Amino acid sequence: MIAELGLAALWLAAALAAMQLIGGATAQHNEESDLALLVRPVAILQGLLALFAFAMLMWLFAVTDLSVKLVAENSHSLKPLIFKLSGAWGNHEGSMLLWVTVMSCAGALIAAIEHRLPEKTMRATLAAQGFVALGFYAFLLFSSNPFERLPQPVPEGLGLNPLLQDIGLAFHPPTLYFGYVGLSVAFSFAVGAMITRQVTPEFARVMRPWVLGAWVFLTLGITAGSYWAYYELGWGGWWFWDPVENASLMPWLAATALLHSASVLAARDALRAWTIMLGVVAFSMSMVGTFLVRSGILTSVHAFAVDPERGSFILALLAIYIGGALLLFALRASSVAEGQRFALTSREGALVFNNVMLSATLGIVLLGTLYPLVTEAFDVRVSVGPPYFNPVGAIFVLPMLMVMAVGPLLRWRWDRFERVRLPIAILVALVVTTAVVIALTSDIGVLPLLGLSLAGVLAIASFLPLRGRKLWRTPIATWGMVIAHFGIAVALFGMASESAFTSERLAAVNPGDTEHVAGWDVTLQGIEPVAGPNWTALEATLVAQRGSGDVVTLHPQSRNFWAPPQQTTESALLTRWDGQLYAVIGGQAQDGRWQLRLWWKPFVTLIWYGGLLIALGGVLAIIGRLASDLKRRHIRAQAQQRRADRAGRAVGEAA
Amino acid sequence: MRRWTLWLPLALFTFFVGLAAYQLTQPKDEFVHSGMLGKPLPEFDMRPALEGMPGASLADFKDGQPKLLNIWASWCLPCIAEAPQLEALRAGGAQIVGIAVRDKPEDVSRFLETHGNPYARIGADDLSELQLAIGSSGVPETFVIDGNGVIVHQHIGDVRESDVPKLLEILQEAGQ
Repeated sequence: MIAELGLAALWLAAALAAMQLIGGATAQHNEESDLALLVRPVAILQGLLALFAFAMLMWLFAVTDLSVKLVAENSHSLKPLIFKLSGAWGNHEGSMLLWVTVMSCAGALIAAIEHRLPEKTMRATLAAQGFVALGFYAFLLFSSNPFERLPQPVPEGLGLNPLLQDIGLAFHPPTLYFGYVGLSVAFSFAVGAMITRQVTPEFARVMRPWVLGAWVFLTLGITAGSYWAYYELGWGGWWFWDPVENASLMPWLAATALLHSASVLAARDALRAWTIMLGVVAFSMSMVGTFLVRSGILTSVHAFAVDPERGSFILALLAIYIGGALLLFALRASSVAEGQRFALTSREGALVFNNVMLSATLGIVLLGTLYPLVTEAFDVRVSVGPPYFNPVGAIFVLPMLMVMAVGPLLRWRWDRFERVRLPIAILVALVVTTAVVIALTSDIGVLPLLGLSLAGVLAIASFLPLRGRKLWRTPIATWGMVIAHFGIAVALFGMASESAFTSERLAAVNPGDTEHVAGWDVTLQGIEPVAGPNWTALEATLVAQRGSGDVVTLHPQSRNFWAPPQQTTESALLTRWDGQLYAVIGGQAQDGRWQLRLWWKPFVTLIWYGGLLIALGGVLAIIGRLASDLKRRHIRAQAQQRRADRAGRAVGEAA
Repeated sequence: MRRWTLWLPLALFTFFVGLAAYQLTQPKDEFVHSGMLGKPLPEFDMRPALEGMPGASLADFKDGQPKLLNIWASWCLPCIAEAPQLEALRAGGAQIVGIAVRDKPEDVSRFLETHGNPYARIGADDLSELQLAIGSSGVPETFVIDGNGVIVHQHIGDVRESDVPKLLEILQEAGQ
């Protein structure tokens, strides 16, 4: 009964999404038609129904209803409750339902509270939102029904992939979906603005919190995913330029560009067409990412349940939405006036440079990710990896970071170079000095060298916008920018340090042997079998000591899961303020020695702390923007009140 | 902005959709093909994997007769399924040189007693050295080698009944 309720809610929600589309479309011709007036209430109801459907699915997973196919295939009655619940979205059908649920709820929210844009634009936006949701409803109902029943209930479920039974990973996919969905809202706003030719600063202000929110979630999702790959896969790396990773990086790059260009549009009414374009590109990147991951069209180290039918469906949706939006752009963009002009040396100038560089980086990543697809059409197999992405990406990222240090110091519209000459000269001198000192004292590659010297200077420069301000009166959004830019510097330092100074030791050892890596003495004390709920493992006991410091034990494992059978390495990490010791135990050789792999990674944790700081900056920016929006609304209301009072008094006096 | 540049994103996107749609219809090739096709076999000389049978060396492949080189192992389950087809190939006139990967003589002997012995020679590749050198990524695999020791064809996975005529044909062509 629960499953049928969920399915019925899904059908109803789909019907309402269609109504939302039709209502929004008729509103463009007749603003007072009954359908046009219904758009907002329908959007709210649709969101509630989708939420209800998702709650029903959660319920089915919570009680492990094994007559439902999805539950039987992805859950198990003996799993901890948290993994039962996370199993609801740990699969294709459930994750698509989560996606469309979050999307409809976002639609409901803007329908309920957003009144700043012209009503016609809002209805066009909600129509676009309904149109996109409709496609996903169709996908669910016709090809990926999460509520499908089995002809016969099964006695027990198949369980969840052991790699996914990890608390971090239970929340990693939804985080990314929230990001993707936030970008879908930005997309709908962009389409609505294009249809009604209302590409205004107000539009940018309304869209901005959604872009910022999406960007924060994407940042967190990528940071968490990177850390998961680092400790769970046991390769000691934190980014592999794998297609699935790139699929999450590309929307982030586009969203970063979008939130900066939206700021220009909001503050200065410039970059109108460009902002619209980025709004479309950002969402298309999240759909392209979903397509690449689910269709299995590219070979990836991530083992996803892939299916060409799903791939075709997503590709069709992609073609309709993104193709349609780009067509609309081609037809309408020339009628969107370019907006305010600005000088090259200005805040806008720096932001345009940042946008061009971010877009170029996005292009580089996209090209590298899709290149194997192109060559495979000619029967040539290639795999594109770090030797391409790192240097080619750096060509655009490094200049962008330099401008990032200076841009926030510039004034809007027009600035004299002389005004910022001194800070720039100091920053350049600092970069050069650090680079020379590092180059003379150590023997590291060019990219890490540039990264290290830039990171230090960026960290200082990120705080320069606070110079001469009263700190407690600085707007929260400015603090957000400062912290996010500082986070970039922190992460960059971690990346450069990790790639420049990592020490590695691979050895075959007997119990009792001691290995040395970067000042650490690591002794293998013994290897013992241990057992967990659904796995057995060989666990090594390592004793590590640096110099005459404290003695610490580590326990890396080589785990064997039996349902489904799978071997995983559980690396052991020892975190110190200046880096991480990373230990992996491998197989036993024929002579009885154990394969032991040790890394010392100086300051590697800064990569993820940097990611968290960037996200924190985004959160502060949202708070700051919302607070000032509320303030503005309050002031406007007060002014209206005062005007009404005055008018009332005047009427009273006249009488 | 010039008008035509506004159409550029749509054009690029159309290209992507076309490419992706084309690739979706293509059968996905999951095999890792050897980079050694068309190249001569490397130098090797192996002890027999079974007492009483000759081992295998490069010289055996240079006698002017095309041969099949079958990478297999007694511990490999698909190799059992493949055994009748190898027998059919032998009956069809193919000379098959077996390369037993990471195997023990007693296991090899037991396997051949149970499933038949189609091999003219069997070499023991204890460390997968030859297997890796000729670009084979799994067991079983069957290579067609021409009379001069050049690798002509690679068959990945077990030989099915339907593959037998094709392999015999390639073998015959290699002899011409």
